[in-house]
Amino acid sequence: MNKPVRRIAIFCGILILALMARDNWLQFVRADELKNNKHNMRVQIARYSQPRGNIIVDGKAVTDSKEVNGINYKYKRTYTNGPMWAPVTGLSSQVYSPTMLEGVEDKILTGDDDRLFFNRTIDMITGKGKKGGDVITTLNAKAQEAAFKGLGDKKGAVAALDPRTGKILALASTPSYDPSTIAGANDGDAWKKLNDDKNKPMLNRALRETYPPGSTFKVVTAAAAMEHGLYGNVDEKTNSPKKWTLPDTQGVPLPNETPMPCDNVSMRAALQWSCNSVFGKISADLGNQKMIETANKFGFNSDDLTVPVGVTKSVYPKDNRPQNAMAGIGQASNRATPLQMAMVAAAVANNGKLMEPYMVDKLRAPNLNVIETHQPKEMSRPLTPEHAQSLQSAMETVVEEGTGTAAKISGVKVGGKTGTAQHGVDNSGNPYAWFISYAKSGDGSPVAVAVVIEGSDTMRDDIAGGKLAAPIAKNVMEAVLKTQK
Amino acid sequence: MSAISPMPNTTATTTVSTAGQPSRRNTELLLLAFAVILPCFAYANVGLALDGEMPSGMLGYGMGLGLLAGVGHLVMRKFAKYADPLLLPLATVLNGLGLVIIWRLDQSKRLQASKAFAPAATNQLLFSALGIALFVAVLIFLKDHRILQRYTYISMAVALVLLISPMFFPSVYGARIWIKIPGLGTIQPGEFAKIVLAVFFAGYLMVKRDALALASRRFMGMYLPRGRDLGPILAVWAFSILILVFETDLGTSLLFFGMFVVMLYVATERTSWIVFGLLMSAAGAVGVASFEHHVQARVDAWLDPFAGWGKSQASEQIAKALMTFGSGGVAGTGWGQGNSDLIGFAANSDFILATVGEELGLAGVMAILLIYGLIVERGVRTALAARDPFGKLLAIGLSGAFAIQVFVVAGGVMGLIPLTGMTMPFIAQGGSSVIANWALVAILLKISDAARRPAPAPVTNPDAEMTQVVRP
Repeated sequence: MNKPVRRIAIFCGILILALMARDNWLQFVRADELKNNKHNMRVQIARYSQPRGNIIVDGKAVTDSKEVNGINYKYKRTYTNGPMWAPVTGLSSQVYSPTMLEGVEDKILTGDDDRLFFNRTIDMITGKGKKGGDVITTLNAKAQEAAFKGLGDKKGAVAALDPRTGKILALASTPSYDPSTIAGANDGDAWKKLNDDKNKPMLNRALRETYPPGSTFKVVTAAAAMEHGLYGNVDEKTNSPKKWTLPDTQGVPLPNETPMPCDNVSMRAALQWSCNSVFGKISADLGNQKMIETANKFGFNSDDLTVPVGVTKSVYPKDNRPQNAMAGIGQASNRATPLQMAMVAAAVANNGKLMEPYMVDKLRAPNLNVIETHQPKEMSRPLTPEHAQSLQSAMETVVEEGTGTAAKISGVKVGGKTGTAQHGVDNSGNPYAWFISYAKSGDGSPVAVAVVIEGSDTMRDDIAGGKLAAPIAKNVMEAVLKTQK
Repeated sequence: MSAISPMPNTTATTTVSTAGQPSRRNTELLLLAFAVILPCFAYANVGLALDGEMPSGMLGYGMGLGLLAGVGHLVMRKFAKYADPLLLPLATVLNGLGLVIIWRLDQSKRLQASKAFAPAATNQLLFSALGIALFVAVLIFLKDHRILQRYTYISMAVALVLLISPMFFPSVYGARIWIKIPGLGTIQPGEFAKIVLAVFFAGYLMVKRDALALASRRFMGMYLPRGRDLGPILAVWAFSILILVFETDLGTSLLFFGMFVVMLYVATERTSWIVFGLLMSAAGAVGVASFEHHVQARVDAWLDPFAGWGKSQASEQIAKALMTFGSGGVAGTGWGQGNSDLIGFAANSDFILATVGEELGLAGVMAILLIYGLIVERGVRTALAARDPFGKLLAIGLSGAFAIQVFVVAGGVMGLIPLTGMTMPFIAQGGSSVIANWALVAILLKISDAARRPAPAPVTNPDAEMTQVVRP
């Protein structure tokens, strides 16, 4: 009977070996995958087992961690001035995935980043818990406040940049939400309410929503005209007729909404009074290809723009001739984020050099050592300096004596462009009011800003941008100029 | 075997030498000391990790475990002097670690917040003491394991009662495997039935093995049993299926049928029985799974644990267990620092291995599996060494059942096979399980004692002198 007993012994051995093999499969081969599984609550538990690092603006933290000592989570994220900073900070919740800077810089904030390895090891040896690092932003608190207050209870967004470096100075979006209210473990109702809100308070309109840019896009069209040699400067006569019709159509006219004369005017005058016919014709004359080329240089159609939060792609697509002509006045299939339009203003203001926008200046270890400093980077050169300065003078005319007078700041050179974008079926939706501008001080331009306001029911004409959006832009620029003195 | 090859070295353990084996009781004592100290360190570790100080129950726990192990050892010295020296330390270390894990899970705030929570460590210590008491009783009162052979058919009756009785009690968490005694608590009779059935099978097969082995026809290289000899295996099979259907307990049914096939194979040395057994269990499992909802859910959960997240309790449990294992990685989080309590329900019973996985890591689980493997190996050794067929059958049946149980539970928790509600021997929370397994070890020790005991010196034959060759 010993032979079968030995065989049974082998069988039992195989059973145990199978268990061992399975265990190696689970705890070695698939360990990371299981550990970081989206259903694995340990990820969240670890995230909130120590205070999270902070997001810092102008030397002050706009985030904090509160000790709550719940069953699962020891700490909870809190936000100072949550709604104002939400487009920057995003949300770090005990339940939902982190967003914006909280999401992108999560590893620094939790202390898991590889660059914090040394700190972690030291803390482990000395018996201190793991600590998160801080994210120091480029934002300007005063400018952000001006932007957020300016938008008030209107629906819209503001993006402001330092054209010289690409630093993002303000990033506001309304209606907003307070991330503090949905940071806890039991905030499902508040979360659901925010998600069901048809005004989409959790949408970061400054980075993640694209709008038809309307007449503000004429700045890009003007730049394209000069860059592709159609006109040498903004003061050349454009040879455009009084009534210009769209190409390849049975005489569909492109009307001007301004009573001012638009026939054969210079680009300066055309920008000043926002002549549709002039820029429609320029776009048509250049053709789709060349327009795309210039738009791309300003940052359109780029798939992976991150600041380091991902930015939704602004587009200037391939299109037929009439549509391309309409796109030249920002009224066709081209769409832009507020940040993109701020980049357009910034590139012009910075003498044709577009700096890559960014909003994280430094990453700082818990022991205050700086582990990464962002160096400003040139993104492209959409304009030669001469053409840029020519375009600047035209944009300054717009503010001095054109549609953008509301943005005038005494003692400072301000250039801008208004826009009112129609949308909806047969343009039935309330138009989007746009304003893009920059201000110049002694050493170049310290601020460029784009403002968009959705659904301004009161004004449907082209002046809306100047009336509604320009004052906000003015306040933001003033705030930046004041803090930089 | 060629003539020049030496005798295989395994014979050393299987043939009986009149000189006998060294008793190895001192080895056992040394190992036992380790087996007590190890859980004590683990206990201290949990306390330090959770509260930053040595747990207050430390001394009591250490002394309690030491006392239990010591009593077991002393009784062995007296009543099972030549028994295997490894089994008691192995069982002690598992039981000790199990107590620590159960205590550790008692401290979980998450589990304390649930309505069903009741601290289990103290009770488990009590059950362990009862287990040792039964262990001691078996060693003392079971003079010779062959006495059990007399109770073959009584064992059958007892096993039937034990197995059938849970059907009359309400189902708990989808399975009817408990009987409830008001005021005393619940008993899982299946754990005891495992031993009683092994006794019945051993006694029955010993008598019938010749008939089963020899009266058969050869067909395609296999010996097919006669129709009437198929009776017993069919009966056991049918009975297992009944358990599966009425008690919805896949584990117990698999365990009993597996144990029977193993013992049948050892008794008859006919591979055909294994083939029949596998075919029949496959047919039974597939058949029942196709209409039994409870079993079906478990199979679905096994096939894709994460697919049923938020929809099926069974899937979620398995998925949580898998994530618990994965989160432990190779080295584990360390005692008291894991979150295996996220599994929630049954974290300290069916799923207790997951806590080992998370807190002690791959290394810890491998060690635990090795200890189980060693227990089985010692059991099989005992079967090889046993001098009587009944002892052989009983020992291989018990160790086979033990191995199958470990495989079914651990495999279920680790997602290797569909999960069935069974307990990890010695570690998991549950009185019946720990008591029955101590009895199982006691019986194995008794058989091993008989096998390793020096044979009585041959009685001097007074006639020997007289039968000398008479020279012509």
